[in-house]
Amino acid sequence: MLKTFSIGGVHPHENKLSAHQPIITAEVPAKAVILLGQHIGAPAKPIVAKGDVVKVGTKIAEPAGFVSAAIHSSVSGKVSKIDTIVDASGYAKPAIFIDVEGDEWEETIDRSTTLVKECNLSAEEIVKKIADAGIVGLGGACFPTQVKLCPPPSFKAECVIINAVECEPYLTADHQLMLEHAEEIMVGVSILMKAVKVNKAFIGIENNKPDAIELMTKVAVNYAGIEIVPLKVKYPQGGEKQLIDAITKRQVASGALPISTGAVVQNVGTAFAVYEAVQKNKPLFERVVTVTGKSVAKPSNFLARIGTPMKQLIDACGGLPEDTGKVIGGGPMMGKALVNTEVPTAKGSSGILIMNRKEAKRGEAQTCIRCAKCVSACPMGLEPYLLGALSENGDFERMEKERIMDCIECGSCQFTCPANRPLLDYCRLGKGKVGGMIRARQAKK
Amino acid sequence: MENKLIVSLSPHVHGGDSVQKNMYGVLIALIPAFLVSLYFFGLGALIVTATSVAACLFFEWAIGKYVMKKPATTICDGSAIITGVLLAFNLPSNLPIWIIIVGALFAIGVGKMSFGGLGCNPFNPALAGRVFLLLSFPVQMTSWPVVGQLTAYTDATTGATPLALMKQAIHATDKSAAMDALSQIPDALSLLIGQNGGCLGEVSALALLIGLVYMLWKKIITWHIPVSILATVFIFAGIMHLTDPEKYVSPVLQLLSGGLMLGAVFMATDYVTSPMSKKGMLIYGVCIGLLTVVIRLFGAYPEGMSFAILIMNAFTPLINTYCKPKRFGEVAKKK
Repeated sequence: MLKTFSIGGVHPHENKLSAHQPIITAEVPAKAVILLGQHIGAPAKPIVAKGDVVKVGTKIAEPAGFVSAAIHSSVSGKVSKIDTIVDASGYAKPAIFIDVEGDEWEETIDRSTTLVKECNLSAEEIVKKIADAGIVGLGGACFPTQVKLCPPPSFKAECVIINAVECEPYLTADHQLMLEHAEEIMVGVSILMKAVKVNKAFIGIENNKPDAIELMTKVAVNYAGIEIVPLKVKYPQGGEKQLIDAITKRQVASGALPISTGAVVQNVGTAFAVYEAVQKNKPLFERVVTVTGKSVAKPSNFLARIGTPMKQLIDACGGLPEDTGKVIGGGPMMGKALVNTEVPTAKGSSGILIMNRKEAKRGEAQTCIRCAKCVSACPMGLEPYLLGALSENGDFERMEKERIMDCIECGSCQFTCPANRPLLDYCRLGKGKVGGMIRARQAKK
Repeated sequence: MENKLIVSLSPHVHGGDSVQKNMYGVLIALIPAFLVSLYFFGLGALIVTATSVAACLFFEWAIGKYVMKKPATTICDGSAIITGVLLAFNLPSNLPIWIIIVGALFAIGVGKMSFGGLGCNPFNPALAGRVFLLLSFPVQMTSWPVVGQLTAYTDATTGATPLALMKQAIHATDKSAAMDALSQIPDALSLLIGQNGGCLGEVSALALLIGLVYMLWKKIITWHIPVSILATVFIFAGIMHLTDPEKYVSPVLQLLSGGLMLGAVFMATDYVTSPMSKKGMLIYGVCIGLLTVVIRLFGAYPEGMSFAILIMNAFTPLINTYCKPKRFGEVAKKK
């Protein structure tokens, strides 16, 4: 029996159209637009001004708080302006615009492909290097990595868990990264283990990537304490809490930090970025992005500079298909529908999914028939049918009692609902309102 | 192109399940039982089922259109057809047509639409219709045609059902009368296949079990409700049987006779009126099982399934309030 998490979950069509497509280095854009808010927490503070000349890897913004991350230029050229641009959330956000001239890298970056295994730095030095490189969780949540590596002193890390689940349908970026950079990932994992002072790491991979499981298992033999854990294919296994449950059988209590179970979870892409940052002095300014969709001519995996307009990557796959209905930043379960294709890629851009008009249409919502399928599907043990009804009626006090804040917004309830009810929309509304109520209450105290 | 992009919140894909799929899945699961009823009751089964379905559909449409003044969205979803079929399955095969229509009116009009239609009704509409008819027309509702009269409808010979015989045995004044009643009950195998009188859908436990397997396979329902009902009846009736085997029949016969299978598989599992959490479903099932046996053995009616389900329907909101699904992280919190 393969391991998996214990409550709920669904199994969407995997549709891994771009599986086994080698990672292509995308062209450097003519103009890069680098968002200042590419991570959870305060947006970074720009340290360049209009007209400044930057190289690839030059730090252009500093963290503006504890939960924040540095940002580096992904291109060389001249800063043309600091302005706003519509990002994946659909809102205008501040960004640094750079006109590209040539491709000149900072001298400190080791551009060779030789594998550097040895790392003699102390834990503190590693964390500092990771922070300097502006690394954030590359799974999509974009939590600054250095913060996760320094848990509050009352908690003790026991193991590192690497999230190589890639449970979102369509996306293959992590899969391909493992196939092409297994050794580097292992070094990255070893460095992460050293940073949190543990000697055990688990790499969770879903069973729909047998080649990755096989290769990683073979490579892991040479690295002490790293174990590959094949997992049953089930969404949302890539959720941090679900993954800890699947691998260690420990559940994060409501409101508690994941570290309370002793696990430090990092994405497999993050482990690779850590390797590059620590061993090659390379800040995080490019990442693997999957561009896919049923109507896309050539679904591909790109190594793209951050700040590349999504349109450019789509064009490299054969352009936007005629019947495009929706362009999604990320996967179909949790990704965000984009308002236009000029949106620049950011550190969290794992994929671009193009849906045709037919797929993009939502079914018409019908009356709830109380079939309880949403209750069975919810990985957090909530009752989405009830939360939906309460949200519809505006009873947010009751929603708080019904544990709306535990919702991880995975969308399993809405995915499974036979009556096509927009359950997650209702839950998001409730979460926002209840979150506001809680903050107001705390402010009063 | 650019301004035509659809922007909506995630998830952007849907599992493809629909109300219609579930409803028609239940109807497919009802086919074996319907075929068996045709085989045993012939024309009567056809007339009763067709009348009931047609009447339910008509009332659903008419009430929706003229009373509730809502567009007829629920006509095609199959829910009214299911109510019609299940109501028919709970009737004797020689029931006069006008009584069937009255039952359908009660089922759809009072049982379903008066509460707001699909999804809002607290009681199973088909059962509400059946119990209404049972209380209003006790004579017609309890004269059961003997099985095997393929073409009989109006002049069918009627006979005692196994449940009535069981009741006779319990109320018998002396031992020989009890033994006599019990000896008339068919053996378990013929009960399983359907060689017994009764409502047209409940005669063959086997056909209903095939329906159950189909619904479990298609994930239309989960095992919790039917299994907890059947297990409870088996255990409770088994204990009673052990206390006095001459008075109380074996639990296997209890399981196979009357509306127990039909109720456990198709009526108690009704989405709208059953609890939402797994724990709640188990409690609901166990209570239905207990109530059924209590009514069958100690109550005034030979059959207790319909009453048991309706009583527990009333408790469903309460069960939903107190039986929350297991919360993620609850285990960790206790430590």
